[in-house]
Amino acid sequence: MKELKSDIVVIGGGPAGLAGALRAGELGANVILIERDFELGGILNQCIHTGFGLSLLGSELTGPEYAEIFIEKVLSLNNIKVLLSSMVLDVKDKVVYGINKRDGVFAIRAEAILLAMGCRERTRGALGIPGERPAGIYTAGAAQRLINIEGLMPGKRVVVLGSGDIGMIMARRFVLEGAEVLGVLEKLPYPGGLTRNVVQCLEDYGIPLHLNHTISEIKGKYRVEGVVAEDILNNKKFCMDVDTILLSVGLIPENEISKKIGVQLDPATGGPVVDQDRETNVSGVFACGNVLQVHDLVDEVTREAYIAAEGAISYTSGKKRRERLIQLKPGENVRYVVPQKISLPLEKPPYIYFRPREPLVNCQILGRADGKESLLGTTEYARPGEMIKLRLKRDLLNSNLDIEISLTGEKE
Amino acid sequence: MEGGCKAQSGMDKELDIIIIGGGVVGTAIARELSRYKLDVLLIEKESDVGWGTTKSNSAVVHTGYDPKPGTLMAKLNAKGARLFPSICSELDVPYKKPGSMVLTPDEDGFKELEELKNRGKINGVTNLEIISQDELFALEPNISRDIKGALFVKDTAITSPVELAIALRENAEQNGVRFLFDTEVTGFEMENRRIISVKTSRGNLRSRWIINAAGIFSDEIARLAGDDSFTITPVKGEYALFDKEVGNMVNHIIFPLPTETTKGILVLPTVDGNLLVGPNEHITTKDDTTVTEEGLNEVLSFGKKEFPNLPLNMIITIFAGLRAKDLNRKDFIIESSPAVENLINVGGIQSPGLSSAPSISIYVTEILRDRGLDLIPDPGFTPERNGITRFSNLSWDERAELIAKDQNYGEIICRCEYVTVGEIIDAIRRGATTLDGIKFRTRAGSGRCQGGFCGPRLIRLISQLLEIPPEEVTKKGDGSNMVIGETRQ
Repeated sequence: MKELKSDIVVIGGGPAGLAGALRAGELGANVILIERDFELGGILNQCIHTGFGLSLLGSELTGPEYAEIFIEKVLSLNNIKVLLSSMVLDVKDKVVYGINKRDGVFAIRAEAILLAMGCRERTRGALGIPGERPAGIYTAGAAQRLINIEGLMPGKRVVVLGSGDIGMIMARRFVLEGAEVLGVLEKLPYPGGLTRNVVQCLEDYGIPLHLNHTISEIKGKYRVEGVVAEDILNNKKFCMDVDTILLSVGLIPENEISKKIGVQLDPATGGPVVDQDRETNVSGVFACGNVLQVHDLVDEVTREAYIAAEGAISYTSGKKRRERLIQLKPGENVRYVVPQKISLPLEKPPYIYFRPREPLVNCQILGRADGKESLLGTTEYARPGEMIKLRLKRDLLNSNLDIEISLTGEKE
Repeated sequence: MEGGCKAQSGMDKELDIIIIGGGVVGTAIARELSRYKLDVLLIEKESDVGWGTTKSNSAVVHTGYDPKPGTLMAKLNAKGARLFPSICSELDVPYKKPGSMVLTPDEDGFKELEELKNRGKINGVTNLEIISQDELFALEPNISRDIKGALFVKDTAITSPVELAIALRENAEQNGVRFLFDTEVTGFEMENRRIISVKTSRGNLRSRWIINAAGIFSDEIARLAGDDSFTITPVKGEYALFDKEVGNMVNHIIFPLPTETTKGILVLPTVDGNLLVGPNEHITTKDDTTVTEEGLNEVLSFGKKEFPNLPLNMIITIFAGLRAKDLNRKDFIIESSPAVENLINVGGIQSPGLSSAPSISIYVTEILRDRGLDLIPDPGFTPERNGITRFSNLSWDERAELIAKDQNYGEIICRCEYVTVGEIIDAIRRGATTLDGIKFRTRAGSGRCQGGFCGPRLIRLISQLLEIPPEEVTKKGDGSNMVIGETRQ
């Protein structure tokens, strides 16, 4: 077994891992970045559409272009060692065990670990869609990989179940490749992804979005031959003649390694419970990006990775202080809040991220601690598909008591 | 495909035995007959073995306490279950013995448990014990507090039926049996009351004996030869498979009290560490393996009654299988055809068919001997077969050694089940030609992401290894193509 040592081990070389390794490297730490694929960049490599980097870099890039900026910087630092085609299989007592072709089995002793494994897509089985089990049912991300990386067309008549961002982006992608997309079915009364994707991917291409619709049966013994679609509100069923079903019904943070370490998870996010430095309950283990919470924008993944890397450096250099822990709790119309905890004392109130439970307009965002309420901000629209980010106020932290975040407004 | 082509040469001469059907029963018979100097061919309409009832059942090796004494089921089940450990060890197939519990929800049920226990004694099954509520709760901490007690059957085991069929095939092949896949029997050429040749989608084949092990289609095969002595009714069972993370919610195979026709809906661990719930029981048609909303709800709400904390958000896949039942005789039908001289029917192999497969294969061989077939042992017979090396089951030292020997084991392709490229190559070398064939041999694609990550990569890899274009790569044989071709350039 090949044995190595490092200040910080970053597990995952997608946008979160790249930014985390980069920031830790820039701050002088010895870093080992482990990626299971043969190249860095993660899912960004298959996202050949534009829309990345607008808020962080001020320019609209494709996924590979965005990744390339970080890959170049990471590779230029001598104190970052990159292990490609390397898979982490276990972590015990801050020793990361994995395999690759060159080293065989390796073990890396780390001072701190940065979890950046990203997320996976919910599957047909997890949804329990009734019917046959033929070929031609793909998660949107798998179809994206097939078309954009492998250069293979999954099918030519497509229905998309779920209006997550990748589903809408892939609906457009299929049309651009000459396929027919019969529609996007969304179970809820509002779209799951960003408004900009509803407009740019569906409306601009004449792809119908059917809200309050789902698939109630899959037909076809060998290959998909059609679906029975269901109009939930009117209790009506109709057939759609398709050969391909794309699923965009949610992303699940991939925390199998985290669980092995003993990291506590938040059932609402599916990711670890962390403090403002993105440190988990296991001291010295940090998490960032989609393994922590599923983000809408890669720019925020990068920012979160910077926070986690800085937290890890402050931990390894012995500067981190945690005299008290208070909880941040989701209140009215808030599905979750990240971070879930705040370690005190701290210099500056942190940013918090949360998602609304249901769409509202003319909203106020309130923080409540010790019976006192504080207006944190306002927003014209609040939608579950769009994450809200704002800075916490200092006066809320003064009481040293748990804080509840809530959202009030009018129904759309 | 390679096996198929090889098998076709030299088939103009008369074979000793043709087995129709490559499920666990057909392959077990093939392997049993490979002990003797016989020219045996197995015909299967799918691209691989074990794709019918074999791949979609509870995977339980029943001890045999349950069948009515005097039936063929009673005779073959207990014997088959006793043969299972040695067969699985010879063939390198997973076999675990967690034991089973038959639950009773009320005090009256204890009488039925006593009856079952006594029936077990008559059938030659030992290690049966009726346990109290407290004992049950200690052994099954997650079980509903409404359950009053159970019959603890310590020797009930689990296996991997499809892996068993694959292993039986490989071992039979090692010992000279030939296999023809993607080959459907379309009829028989008869002379008087004898089958002269078997008509197939790949031409006619002559054989002295025909063994009909065609599962839910066995009655139709018999009818093609003019034998309408039995009728198979397909009875569907639906299942939900849960993530390995909750595999330890249950420690034993949990049965409700049995009814006249079924052992009921089970909650049990699988040999791979998942949790399985099912099956229900609905008469259907032979092409219906759909899962319905009502069926799934039925299975899950039953499971919830016994395990109130059953985490429905941890389901990774749902599936359905068909039991081949003869509703008249309610027993296995393993006999010389009353209508055709050289046809042996092996039909109605419903539960406990898997448990009985080893003894069924011996029983069929005995019928052939009684009918005058010369069984000369083949001194070259090898009972052992080595399975595909499962990288994830190895120790760190073994992993290091394996990667040093073959770098393909240093590359994980299925990240959920930790399956390496080396295992995929091995599976293809052993005859897998499809994504399902690879999944059943290696578990690639059977984990929580259900092939979301490895699927696209596997299509390319299969295409390279089998030297076929990607659009010819299928999930489960002809018509189940994964992609339609290259994207626009």
